[in-house]
Amino acid sequence: MAVEAAQLESYLEDFTDFVKETANETPQWLRDLRDAAFARFCEVGFPTVRDEDWRFTNLSTLRRTPFRLARSNAPRFSVSDLAAWHMKGAAARLVFVDGRFAAQVSACDGVPQGVTVNGLHNEIERRASTIAEHLGRYLNTERDPFCALNTAFAEDGAYVHIDRGVVVEQPIHLLFISTSGTTPAVTYPRNLIVVEDEGQASIVEDYVSFGAETPAFSNAVTELVARGSATVAHIMIEREHMQSYNFSTLRIEQARSANVASHSLLLGGALVRNNVHPVLAGEGGECLINGLFIGSRHQHLDNYMLVEHVRPHCASRQFYNGVLDEQAHGVFHGRIIVHKDAQKTDAKQTNRNLLLADDAQIDTKPQLEIYADDVKCTHGATIGQIEENALFYLRSRGISEAEARRLLLEAFTGECLDRIKEEPVRDYVHAVVEQRLLTLAIAAPVALKSVREERESSWEEVE
Amino acid sequence: MSLLEIRNLHVQVGGHEILKGIDLTIDAGEVHSIMGPNGSGKSTLAQVLSRRESYEVTEGEILFDGKDLLAMKPEEAACEGVFMAFQYPVEIPGIGNAYFLRSALNAIRKYRGLDELDAVDFIPLFRERLKLLEMDEKLMNRSVNEGFSGGEKKRNEILQMAVLEPKLAILDETDSGLDIDALRIVAHGVNALRAPSRAMIVVTHYQRLLDYIVPDFVHVLVDGRIVRSGGPELALELESKGYGWIEDEARQVASASA
Repeated sequence: MAVEAAQLESYLEDFTDFVKETANETPQWLRDLRDAAFARFCEVGFPTVRDEDWRFTNLSTLRRTPFRLARSNAPRFSVSDLAAWHMKGAAARLVFVDGRFAAQVSACDGVPQGVTVNGLHNEIERRASTIAEHLGRYLNTERDPFCALNTAFAEDGAYVHIDRGVVVEQPIHLLFISTSGTTPAVTYPRNLIVVEDEGQASIVEDYVSFGAETPAFSNAVTELVARGSATVAHIMIEREHMQSYNFSTLRIEQARSANVASHSLLLGGALVRNNVHPVLAGEGGECLINGLFIGSRHQHLDNYMLVEHVRPHCASRQFYNGVLDEQAHGVFHGRIIVHKDAQKTDAKQTNRNLLLADDAQIDTKPQLEIYADDVKCTHGATIGQIEENALFYLRSRGISEAEARRLLLEAFTGECLDRIKEEPVRDYVHAVVEQRLLTLAIAAPVALKSVREERESSWEEVE
Repeated sequence: MSLLEIRNLHVQVGGHEILKGIDLTIDAGEVHSIMGPNGSGKSTLAQVLSRRESYEVTEGEILFDGKDLLAMKPEEAACEGVFMAFQYPVEIPGIGNAYFLRSALNAIRKYRGLDELDAVDFIPLFRERLKLLEMDEKLMNRSVNEGFSGGEKKRNEILQMAVLEPKLAILDETDSGLDIDALRIVAHGVNALRAPSRAMIVVTHYQRLLDYIVPDFVHVLVDGRIVRSGGPELALELESKGYGWIEDEARQVASASA
């Protein structure tokens, strides 16, 4: 406990300062929420590998690094500095520098009537009732200390509100830039996305780094509320530099007949944990959880899915593809809980992995808990290498080995990208993934074995 | 100079000697058929020519257009003009047929110092070749060989050959699994590609294909050696008498020389 307390000290100091600095501008409800969350965090501390949910992810380096709350001395960007991250055809772009909304380089004016996009901090007073109604209401700070820690420091992030029946066809681009400081810095982006009945929107959370590779820790939470028959696409891109720690939780609350697609692309970062937690809380909801992770060097990319079916007649689909090269370590943890009222649930989970090197590693763990008796749940995981036959076939037609590998990887990853229906987003991520693959193909090994493990099981009826 | 010269070729697979000294010379414009019973080494020869790496050459050499073929990677051999139509074409989900074929053609063009073709230049050529093989254009937007019937896969191989225009085409049991209609279409495609500058090696177990693609020379491979060579009439003789007699003969020769 003493060791743990020492390791939490920097967070305690930060919190004390933070509370003091924000005392005047913070409504009571938010202060209470933060206090409770911080108390919870202090109580449990960081998880260890003895915790089943963290079995494959060792947090000791994170724990040992004295991260301090990023101060607002970040460099000021001009719009041209951000050209590399420009998404063509976006309805709005919100830029966050070290967790804080940077209005001067953001563009929020192009959105249709009935759409609010802004920094959360700017809206806390103006939209007090809506924000108080949703913020922190869905997130489980008891289960996950990182969610608790984020809530303790919840101050800024994106606020997106789509009025009833309003359709935003172009994506809303949220760009989170971590800049390099002299000491390890932590940021706590907190996003709230509310799409009212029959509204439609697609939101891209894009995490990038600027400057030298110094350790940075981004601990983000997004609460996404899809009201009745709303249609929402959420795309998360992690492509920070190789000294970054990126922890994120997407908590999705789906009402009746809401349709949500979550797409996660983990490409960068040293240690990345992406939690996607949809709760299908109304009848007839549909949820697609699609993901791609590409790791190399010593990257550790942990995908943690928790899909909760609460009401009947909901469908969830999980598709995750992983590509791991060199000493990279990937984790896919897919948990599906079908609660006892969730009859006629149709849940499917597929995780496919390609290991490109002998030292690359994947841990894949499906977990089904079914308390209803009339449901259909399937899961399957495969681990393999690039097919030697396919590689030879391409090469025998004149395509170089590196190019053939790249084509095969592009096909494998393209499967995930093709599930993104929004064209501007798909084009954007295609380019990002293509770049990432170019850094891999050359490094891929020559010797290939065809090891393949396949498991497929299904439950038609489970008590 | 001959297009292909194989001299005393010995090949092992997994420590097992499959080819035990093959000598074969092929000139541009010629069609050679390699026949033989199962396990005689026909496919091994095809694979070695297309530079599959799991086959170990322990002795001998192969000159292609005067160059050392055994020093080439599969893609280099392809760029130099070697093409093999696979006995079992590979399905590659996620890579479109047309895209694949254009990438291959451009890789070869680039190797030869020619400009790469963009989609606009490529499509007319591609359409014309599709017609030759009586193939549905819709198949071309699908993934490579994915969900194709056996006949469609084999036609797709010949389509690739028609687009890539190799100097040496090796057909590895292209007739296997084809019904007579598909066989006719494939053979028609192959015959249309016969040219004075191009040689072909037709590897087959049965004589049937040779009714449609009439070879200039027939070689019979038994136990890793060419035991007999002749004209098209040799194929007919094999068809009526089977492989038994020629295998017996080969065994007698082997024991007499031992």
